Amino acid sequence: MIPGSFEYHRPSSLDDAIGLLSSLGEDALLVAGGHSLIPMMKLRMAMPEHLVDLQDVQSLKSITVDTNQISLGAMVTQAELIASDELHAACPILRETSLQIADPQIRNLGTIGGNVANGDPGNDMPAIMQMLGATYVLAGPQGTREIAARDFYEAAFFTAREDGEILTTIKFDTPTAGHGWAYEKQKRKIGDYATAAAAVVLTVSGGVCETASIGLTNVADTPLWAEEAAGVLVGSALDEATIKTAANAAVAITDPALDGRGPVEFRKHIAGIMVQRAVAKAAQRAQ
Amino acid sequence: MSDIKINMTINGQAVETTADPRTLLIHFLREDQNLTGPHIGCDTSHCGACTVDMNGKSVKSCTVFVGQANGADIVTIEGIAEADGTLHALQEAFRQNHGLQCGFCTPGMITRAYRLLQENPNPTEEEIRYGISGNLCRCTGYQNIVKSIQIAAEELSHKEAAE
Repeated sequence: MIPGSFEYHRPSSLDDAIGLLSSLGEDALLVAGGHSLIPMMKLRMAMPEHLVDLQDVQSLKSITVDTNQISLGAMVTQAELIASDELHAACPILRETSLQIADPQIRNLGTIGGNVANGDPGNDMPAIMQMLGATYVLAGPQGTREIAARDFYEAAFFTAREDGEILTTIKFDTPTAGHGWAYEKQKRKIGDYATAAAAVVLTVSGGVCETASIGLTNVADTPLWAEEAAGVLVGSALDEATIKTAANAAVAITDPALDGRGPVEFRKHIAGIMVQRAVAKAAQRAQ
Repeated sequence: MSDIKINMTINGQAVETTADPRTLLIHFLREDQNLTGPHIGCDTSHCGACTVDMNGKSVKSCTVFVGQANGADIVTIEGIAEADGTLHALQEAFRQNHGLQCGFCTPGMITRAYRLLQENPNPTEEEIRYGISGNLCRCTGYQNIVKSIQIAAEELSHKEAAE
Protein backbone atom coordinates (compact mmCIF):
# COMPACT_ATOMS: atom_id res chain seq x y z
CA MET A 1 0.00 0.00 0.00
CA ILE A 2 1.48 3.29 -1.06
CA PRO A 3 0.30 6.43 0.73
CA GLY A 4 -0.76 9.54 -1.14
CA SER A 5 1.77 12.19 -2.11
CA PHE A 6 2.97 14.80 0.34
CA GLU A 7 5.79 17.25 0.95
CA TYR A 8 8.15 16.24 3.73
CA HIS A 9 9.44 18.75 6.29
CA ARG A 10 11.87 18.15 9.10
CA PRO A 11 12.19 21.28 11.27
CA SER A 12 14.96 21.37 13.84
CA SER A 13 13.30 23.52 16.47
CA LEU A 14 9.90 23.79 18.08
CA ASP A 15 9.47 27.36 16.79
CA ASP A 16 10.17 26.21 13.25
CA ALA A 17 7.68 23.37 13.63
CA ILE A 18 4.97 25.71 14.93
CA GLY A 19 5.76 28.17 12.12
CA LEU A 20 5.43 25.42 9.52
CA LEU A 21 2.10 24.27 10.92
CA SER A 22 0.80 27.84 10.83
CA SER A 23 1.94 28.54 7.30
CA LEU A 24 0.90 25.20 5.83
CA GLY A 25 -2.52 25.25 7.47
CA GLU A 26 -4.85 22.31 7.87
CA ASP A 27 -3.28 20.28 5.08
CA ALA A 28 -0.26 19.62 7.29
CA LEU A 29 0.00 16.84 9.85
CA LEU A 30 2.63 16.16 12.49
CA VAL A 31 4.49 12.88 12.52
CA ALA A 32 6.24 11.59 15.63
CA GLY A 33 6.89 7.82 15.49
CA GLY A 34 4.42 7.43 12.64
CA HIS A 35 3.01 4.09 13.74
CA SER A 36 -0.55 5.39 13.95
CA LEU A 37 -0.36 7.90 11.11
CA ILE A 38 1.45 5.89 8.43
CA PRO A 39 -1.06 2.99 8.53
CA MET A 40 -3.86 5.57 8.18
CA MET A 41 -2.03 7.16 5.23
CA LYS A 42 -1.65 3.76 3.58
CA LEU A 43 -5.41 3.29 3.85
CA ARG A 44 -5.88 6.86 2.53
CA MET A 45 -7.88 7.63 5.64
CA ALA A 46 -5.30 10.36 6.20
CA MET A 47 -4.08 12.28 3.15
CA PRO A 48 -1.95 15.17 4.37
CA GLU A 49 -0.35 17.43 1.77
CA HIS A 50 2.49 18.12 4.15
CA LEU A 51 4.12 16.01 6.81
CA VAL A 52 6.03 17.79 9.56
CA ASP A 53 8.45 15.32 11.18
CA LEU A 54 9.37 16.24 14.77
CA GLN A 55 12.35 13.87 15.12
CA ASP A 56 14.98 16.63 15.06
CA VAL A 57 13.31 18.80 17.71
CA GLN A 58 15.71 17.99 20.54
CA SER A 59 13.76 19.98 23.13
CA LEU A 60 10.97 17.37 22.99
CA LYS A 61 13.18 14.45 23.98
CA SER A 62 13.90 14.88 27.68
CA ILE A 63 12.75 12.92 30.71
CA THR A 64 12.94 14.92 33.95
CA VAL A 65 12.30 13.31 37.30
CA ASP A 66 12.44 15.25 40.53
CA THR A 67 10.89 14.75 43.94
CA ASN A 68 7.80 16.76 43.14
CA GLN A 69 7.25 16.49 39.43
CA ILE A 70 7.91 14.23 36.46
CA SER A 71 8.01 15.69 33.00
CA LEU A 72 8.18 13.76 29.73
CA GLY A 73 9.00 15.31 26.37
CA ALA A 74 6.51 14.37 23.67
CA MET A 75 9.17 12.74 21.46
CA VAL A 76 10.40 10.33 24.13
CA THR A 77 9.93 6.87 22.63
CA GLN A 78 8.33 3.98 24.46
CA ALA A 79 11.72 2.24 24.38
CA GLU A 80 13.42 5.25 26.01
CA LEU A 81 10.70 5.41 28.61
CA ILE A 82 11.20 1.71 29.41
CA ALA A 83 14.98 2.18 29.59
CA SER A 84 14.91 5.03 32.12
CA ASP A 85 15.75 3.57 35.53
CA GLU A 86 15.25 6.94 37.19
CA LEU A 87 11.71 7.13 35.84
CA HIS A 88 11.04 3.53 36.78
CA ALA A 89 12.14 4.15 40.36
CA ALA A 90 9.77 7.11 40.71
CA CYS A 91 6.78 5.90 38.67
CA PRO A 92 6.99 2.21 37.80
CA ILE A 93 3.56 1.96 36.17
CA LEU A 94 4.96 3.68 33.08
CA ARG A 95 7.45 0.91 32.28
CA GLU A 96 4.84 -1.72 33.11
CA THR A 97 2.45 -0.08 30.64
CA SER A 98 4.96 0.59 27.85
CA LEU A 99 6.04 -3.04 27.89
CA GLN A 100 2.44 -3.98 27.07
CA ILE A 101 2.28 -1.66 24.05
CA ALA A 102 2.86 -3.16 20.58
CA ASP A 103 6.22 -4.93 20.15
CA PRO A 104 9.94 -4.06 20.44
CA GLN A 105 10.31 -2.64 16.93
CA ILE A 106 7.28 -0.39 17.29
CA ARG A 107 8.32 0.77 20.76
CA ASN A 108 11.62 1.93 19.23
CA LEU A 109 9.73 4.52 17.18
CA GLY A 110 6.38 5.04 18.92
CA THR A 111 6.41 8.06 21.22
CA ILE A 112 4.62 8.99 24.42
CA GLY A 113 3.42 12.24 22.81
CA GLY A 114 1.93 10.49 19.80
CA ASN A 115 0.30 7.92 22.04
CA VAL A 116 -1.51 10.50 24.15
CA ALA A 117 -2.17 13.13 21.48
CA ASN A 118 -3.67 10.92 18.78
CA GLY A 119 -6.91 10.43 20.71
CA ASP A 120 -7.18 6.75 19.83
CA PRO A 121 -9.25 5.15 22.60
CA GLY A 122 -7.20 1.98 22.11
CA ASN A 123 -3.97 3.69 23.16
CA ASP A 124 -2.81 2.85 26.66
CA MET A 125 -1.08 5.99 27.90
CA PRO A 126 -4.12 8.33 27.93
CA ALA A 127 -5.79 6.36 30.74
CA ILE A 128 -2.48 6.28 32.61
CA MET A 129 -2.19 10.06 32.32
CA GLN A 130 -5.79 10.59 33.43
CA MET A 131 -5.18 8.27 36.36
CA LEU A 132 -2.00 10.18 37.32
CA GLY A 133 -3.76 13.53 36.94
CA ALA A 134 -1.26 14.64 34.28
CA THR A 135 -1.21 17.98 32.51
CA TYR A 136 -0.44 18.34 28.81
CA VAL A 137 1.49 21.36 27.56
CA LEU A 138 0.46 22.54 24.09
CA ALA A 139 2.54 25.03 22.12
CA GLY A 140 1.02 27.07 19.31
CA PRO A 141 1.42 30.36 17.48
CA GLN A 142 -0.15 32.19 20.45
CA GLY A 143 2.23 30.67 22.97
CA THR A 144 1.72 27.73 25.28
CA ARG A 145 -1.26 26.56 27.28
CA GLU A 146 -1.87 23.69 29.65
CA ILE A 147 -4.77 21.31 29.78
CA ALA A 148 -5.56 18.45 32.14
CA ALA A 149 -5.44 14.96 30.60
CA ARG A 150 -8.87 14.48 32.18
CA ASP A 151 -10.24 17.33 30.00
CA PHE A 152 -8.29 16.60 26.83
CA TYR A 153 -10.26 13.77 25.21
CA GLU A 154 -13.55 14.69 23.54
CA ALA A 155 -14.37 11.64 21.41
CA ALA A 156 -12.47 8.99 19.46
CA PHE A 157 -9.66 10.86 17.64
CA PHE A 158 -11.04 14.22 18.75
CA THR A 159 -9.07 16.09 21.39
CA ALA A 160 -8.74 19.61 22.73
CA ARG A 161 -5.58 20.15 20.66
CA GLU A 162 -6.07 22.78 17.95
CA ASP A 163 -4.70 22.19 14.43
CA GLY A 164 -1.79 24.61 14.82
CA GLU A 165 -0.71 23.27 18.21
CA ILE A 166 1.95 20.76 19.18
CA LEU A 167 1.76 18.71 22.36
CA THR A 168 5.23 19.27 23.79
CA THR A 169 5.29 17.97 27.35
CA ILE A 170 3.40 15.71 29.71
CA LYS A 171 3.86 16.49 33.38
CA PHE A 172 2.45 15.14 36.60
CA ASP A 173 3.12 15.10 40.32
CA THR A 174 5.62 12.40 41.28
CA PRO A 175 3.56 9.65 42.92
CA THR A 176 4.11 9.26 46.68
CA ALA A 177 7.05 7.01 47.52
CA GLY A 178 5.85 3.55 48.51
CA HIS A 179 2.70 3.73 46.39
CA GLY A 180 1.24 0.61 44.84
CA TRP A 181 0.67 0.44 41.10
CA ALA A 182 -0.55 -1.89 38.36
CA TYR A 183 -1.60 -1.80 34.72
CA GLU A 184 -3.64 -4.86 33.89
CA LYS A 185 -4.39 -5.28 30.20
CA GLN A 186 -6.37 -8.07 28.60
CA LYS A 187 -5.45 -8.48 24.94
CA ARG A 188 -5.87 -11.21 22.37
CA LYS A 189 -2.21 -11.31 21.41
CA ILE A 190 1.01 -9.28 21.68
CA GLY A 191 0.63 -6.02 19.84
CA ASP A 192 -3.14 -5.89 20.15
CA TYR A 193 -5.15 -3.10 21.68
CA ALA A 194 -6.82 -3.89 24.98
CA THR A 195 -10.10 -5.77 25.18
CA ALA A 196 -10.16 -3.76 28.40
CA ALA A 197 -7.41 -2.46 30.66
CA ALA A 198 -7.19 -0.80 34.06
CA ALA A 199 -4.51 1.42 35.58
CA VAL A 200 -4.31 1.86 39.33
CA VAL A 201 -2.11 3.83 41.69
CA LEU A 202 -2.89 3.81 45.40
CA THR A 203 -1.31 4.45 48.76
CA VAL A 204 -1.83 2.42 51.93
CA SER A 205 -1.08 3.38 55.50
CA GLY A 206 -1.60 1.05 58.44
CA GLY A 207 -3.56 -1.36 56.28
CA VAL A 208 -6.00 1.35 55.13
CA CYS A 209 -6.14 2.76 51.61
CA GLU A 210 -5.38 6.48 51.84
CA THR A 211 -5.52 7.56 48.19
CA ALA A 212 -6.48 5.79 44.97
CA SER A 213 -6.88 6.62 41.32
CA ILE A 214 -8.15 4.40 38.50
CA GLY A 215 -7.97 4.84 34.72
CA LEU A 216 -9.61 2.64 32.07
CA THR A 217 -8.44 1.94 28.50
CA ASN A 218 -10.50 1.08 25.41
CA VAL A 219 -13.87 0.71 27.07
CA ALA A 220 -15.42 3.93 25.74
CA ASP A 221 -14.66 6.34 22.91
CA THR A 222 -12.30 8.19 25.26
CA PRO A 223 -10.09 7.01 28.11
CA LEU A 224 -11.96 7.05 31.42
CA TRP A 225 -11.01 8.28 34.86
CA ALA A 226 -13.03 6.18 37.30
CA GLU A 227 -13.32 8.70 40.11
CA GLU A 228 -16.23 7.09 41.93
CA ALA A 229 -14.66 3.63 41.83
CA ALA A 230 -11.44 4.98 43.35
CA GLY A 231 -13.52 6.72 46.03
CA VAL A 232 -14.92 3.34 47.08
CA LEU A 233 -11.40 2.13 47.85
CA VAL A 234 -10.30 5.09 49.96
CA GLY A 235 -10.69 4.38 53.66
CA SER A 236 -11.12 0.65 53.11
CA ALA A 237 -8.78 -2.21 53.96
CA LEU A 238 -8.80 -3.14 50.26
CA ASP A 239 -10.63 -6.36 51.09
CA GLU A 240 -12.12 -8.50 48.36
CA ALA A 241 -15.68 -7.23 48.80
CA THR A 242 -14.63 -3.58 48.58
CA ILE A 243 -12.50 -4.25 45.50
CA LYS A 244 -15.51 -5.89 43.85
CA THR A 245 -17.73 -2.92 44.69
CA ALA A 246 -15.12 -0.56 43.22
CA ALA A 247 -14.86 -2.70 40.08
CA ASN A 248 -18.65 -2.57 39.65
CA ALA A 249 -18.55 1.22 39.99
CA ALA A 250 -15.85 1.33 37.29
CA VAL A 251 -17.82 -0.97 34.97
CA ALA A 252 -20.86 1.28 35.38
CA ILE A 253 -19.12 4.15 33.55
CA THR A 254 -17.84 2.03 30.64
CA ASP A 255 -19.45 2.11 27.22
CA PRO A 256 -17.37 -0.15 25.00
CA ALA A 257 -18.09 -0.79 21.33
CA LEU A 258 -18.82 -4.18 19.89
CA ASP A 259 -15.74 -5.19 17.89
CA GLY A 260 -13.47 -8.13 17.14
CA ARG A 261 -12.47 -8.15 20.80
CA GLY A 262 -15.92 -9.24 21.85
CA PRO A 263 -19.48 -8.18 22.55
CA VAL A 264 -20.24 -5.21 24.77
CA GLU A 265 -21.19 -7.30 27.82
CA PHE A 266 -17.99 -9.31 27.57
CA ARG A 267 -15.80 -6.23 27.34
CA LYS A 268 -17.57 -4.66 30.33
CA HIS A 269 -17.05 -7.88 32.26
CA ILE A 270 -13.35 -7.90 31.37
CA ALA A 271 -13.06 -4.26 32.44
CA GLY A 272 -14.33 -5.27 35.89
CA ILE A 273 -11.88 -8.14 36.10
CA MET A 274 -8.99 -5.87 35.06
CA VAL A 275 -9.92 -3.37 37.78
CA GLN A 276 -10.06 -6.11 40.41
CA ARG A 277 -6.70 -7.52 39.38
CA ALA A 278 -5.04 -4.11 39.13
CA VAL A 279 -6.30 -3.01 42.54
CA ALA A 280 -5.26 -6.30 44.16
CA LYS A 281 -1.80 -6.13 42.61
CA ALA A 282 -1.35 -2.46 43.52
CA ALA A 283 -2.42 -3.22 47.10
CA GLN A 284 0.15 -5.98 47.29
CA ARG A 285 2.89 -3.70 45.98
CA ALA A 286 2.07 -0.74 48.23
CA GLN A 287 4.46 -0.16 51.13
CA MET B 1 5.36 16.63 -5.14
CA SER B 2 9.05 17.36 -5.06
CA ASP B 3 11.63 14.68 -4.43
CA ILE B 4 13.82 14.99 -1.39
CA LYS B 5 17.55 14.42 -1.10
CA ILE B 6 18.44 11.19 0.62
CA ASN B 7 21.71 10.54 2.42
CA MET B 8 22.08 7.42 4.45
CA THR B 9 24.49 4.62 5.19
CA ILE B 10 23.25 1.19 4.17
CA ASN B 11 25.32 -1.83 5.21
CA GLY B 12 28.34 0.40 5.61
CA GLN B 13 28.02 2.06 2.18
CA ALA B 14 27.17 5.75 1.87
CA VAL B 15 24.10 6.24 -0.33
CA GLU B 16 23.24 9.58 -1.86
CA THR B 17 20.17 9.89 -4.06
CA THR B 18 16.71 11.43 -4.27
CA ALA B 19 13.30 9.93 -3.57
CA ASP B 20 9.61 10.76 -3.54
CA PRO B 21 8.74 11.48 0.12
CA ARG B 22 5.89 8.97 0.07
CA THR B 23 8.35 6.14 -0.56
CA LEU B 24 8.42 3.78 2.38
CA LEU B 25 11.83 2.66 3.61
CA ILE B 26 11.06 -0.95 2.62
CA HIS B 27 10.28 0.12 -0.96
CA PHE B 28 13.39 2.27 -1.09
CA LEU B 29 15.56 -0.62 0.06
CA ARG B 30 13.99 -3.22 -2.21
CA GLU B 31 13.30 -1.21 -5.35
CA ASP B 32 15.86 1.58 -5.39
CA GLN B 33 18.71 -0.19 -3.66
CA ASN B 34 17.98 -3.74 -4.87
CA LEU B 35 18.19 -5.04 -1.32
CA THR B 36 15.41 -7.60 -1.50
CA GLY B 37 16.37 -9.39 1.72
CA PRO B 38 13.92 -7.44 3.90
CA HIS B 39 10.47 -8.70 2.90
CA ILE B 40 7.03 -7.16 2.69
CA GLY B 41 4.77 -9.51 4.61
CA CYS B 42 1.71 -7.83 6.07
CA ASP B 43 2.57 -4.22 5.15
CA THR B 44 0.77 -3.18 8.36
CA SER B 45 3.61 -3.29 10.95
CA HIS B 46 2.46 -6.59 12.45
CA CYS B 47 4.62 -9.33 10.94
CA GLY B 48 8.17 -7.99 11.17
CA ALA B 49 9.38 -9.48 7.86
CA CYS B 50 10.56 -5.98 6.87
CA THR B 51 12.65 -5.51 10.04
CA VAL B 52 15.92 -3.62 9.53
CA ASP B 53 18.36 -2.01 11.92
CA MET B 54 18.13 1.80 11.97
CA ASN B 55 20.66 3.71 14.09
CA GLY B 56 21.20 0.64 16.23
CA LYS B 57 17.53 -0.13 16.79
CA SER B 58 15.23 -2.65 15.17
CA VAL B 59 12.42 -1.03 13.18
CA LYS B 60 9.72 -2.15 10.78
CA SER B 61 10.67 -0.54 7.48
CA CYS B 62 7.12 -0.81 6.08
CA THR B 63 6.09 1.88 8.55
CA VAL B 64 8.93 4.36 8.10
CA PHE B 65 9.04 6.95 5.32
CA VAL B 66 12.35 7.24 3.53
CA GLY B 67 12.64 10.84 4.71
CA GLN B 68 12.35 9.74 8.33
CA ALA B 69 15.37 7.49 7.74
CA ASN B 70 17.38 10.30 6.18
CA GLY B 71 20.81 10.50 7.80
CA ALA B 72 20.40 7.10 9.40
CA ASP B 73 22.70 4.13 9.55
CA ILE B 74 20.77 1.15 8.16
CA VAL B 75 21.70 -2.52 8.36
CA THR B 76 19.69 -5.10 6.41
CA ILE B 77 20.06 -8.88 6.30
CA GLU B 78 22.49 -8.35 3.40
CA GLY B 79 24.87 -6.56 5.76
CA ILE B 80 25.00 -9.18 8.49
CA ALA B 81 27.40 -11.75 7.04
CA GLU B 82 31.11 -10.90 6.86
CA ALA B 83 32.49 -9.30 3.71
CA ASP B 84 34.12 -12.58 2.64
CA GLY B 85 30.77 -14.33 2.79
CA THR B 86 31.30 -16.04 6.16
CA LEU B 87 27.88 -16.32 7.73
CA HIS B 88 27.04 -14.55 10.98
CA ALA B 89 26.57 -16.91 13.94
CA LEU B 90 22.81 -16.33 13.73
CA GLN B 91 22.66 -17.22 10.05
CA GLU B 92 24.73 -20.34 10.67
CA ALA B 93 22.58 -21.34 13.66
CA PHE B 94 19.33 -20.89 11.72
CA ARG B 95 20.81 -23.01 8.93
CA GLN B 96 22.08 -25.78 11.20
CA ASN B 97 19.05 -25.99 13.46
CA HIS B 98 16.20 -25.77 11.00
CA GLY B 99 15.35 -22.25 12.17
CA LEU B 100 13.31 -21.76 9.03
CA GLN B 101 10.93 -23.61 6.79
CA CYS B 102 9.64 -21.43 3.96
CA GLY B 103 12.18 -18.72 4.83
CA PHE B 104 9.93 -15.74 4.30
CA CYS B 105 10.18 -14.41 7.87
CA THR B 106 13.86 -15.32 8.22
CA PRO B 107 15.51 -12.03 7.17
CA GLY B 108 13.33 -10.17 9.68
CA MET B 109 13.88 -12.79 12.37
CA ILE B 110 17.65 -12.72 11.98
CA THR B 111 17.88 -8.94 11.72
CA ARG B 112 15.78 -8.61 14.86
CA ALA B 113 17.78 -11.28 16.71
CA TYR B 114 21.01 -9.56 15.60
CA ARG B 115 19.98 -6.46 17.55
CA LEU B 116 18.43 -8.41 20.42
CA LEU B 117 21.72 -10.22 21.08
CA GLN B 118 23.57 -6.92 21.18
CA GLU B 119 21.08 -5.51 23.68
CA ASN B 120 21.04 -8.71 25.71
CA PRO B 121 23.90 -11.12 24.86
CA ASN B 122 22.65 -13.91 27.16
CA PRO B 123 18.87 -13.89 26.93
CA THR B 124 16.65 -16.47 28.61
CA GLU B 125 14.20 -18.38 26.44
CA GLU B 126 11.43 -16.08 27.67
CA GLU B 127 13.47 -13.00 26.81
CA ILE B 128 14.07 -14.35 23.31
CA ARG B 129 10.36 -15.03 22.81
CA TYR B 130 9.48 -11.58 24.09
CA GLY B 131 12.27 -10.00 22.04
CA ILE B 132 10.97 -11.50 18.79
CA SER B 133 7.33 -10.91 19.64
CA GLY B 134 7.11 -8.43 16.76
CA ASN B 135 8.10 -11.08 14.22
CA LEU B 136 5.60 -13.64 12.99
CA CYS B 137 6.45 -17.05 11.55
CA ARG B 138 3.64 -19.12 10.05
CA CYS B 139 5.63 -22.34 9.58
CA THR B 140 7.87 -23.32 12.44
CA GLY B 141 5.91 -22.82 15.63
CA TYR B 142 8.96 -20.75 16.72
CA GLN B 143 10.60 -23.68 18.50
CA ASN B 144 13.60 -23.92 16.21
CA ILE B 145 13.85 -20.16 15.79
CA VAL B 146 14.22 -19.73 19.54
CA LYS B 147 16.67 -22.63 19.65
CA SER B 148 18.74 -21.12 16.81
CA ILE B 149 18.94 -17.79 18.61
CA GLN B 150 19.98 -19.54 21.84
CA ILE B 151 22.72 -21.44 20.04
CA ALA B 152 23.91 -18.31 18.24
CA ALA B 153 24.03 -16.46 21.57
CA GLU B 154 26.25 -19.20 23.02
CA GLU B 155 28.42 -19.20 19.93
CA LEU B 156 28.85 -15.42 20.05
CA SER B 157 29.74 -15.39 23.74
CA HIS B 158 32.34 -18.14 23.20
CA LYS B 159 33.75 -16.13 20.35
CA GLU B 160 33.91 -13.03 22.50
CA ALA B 161 35.57 -14.94 25.36
CA ALA B 162 38.19 -16.26 22.93
CA GLU B 163 39.04 -12.78 21.66
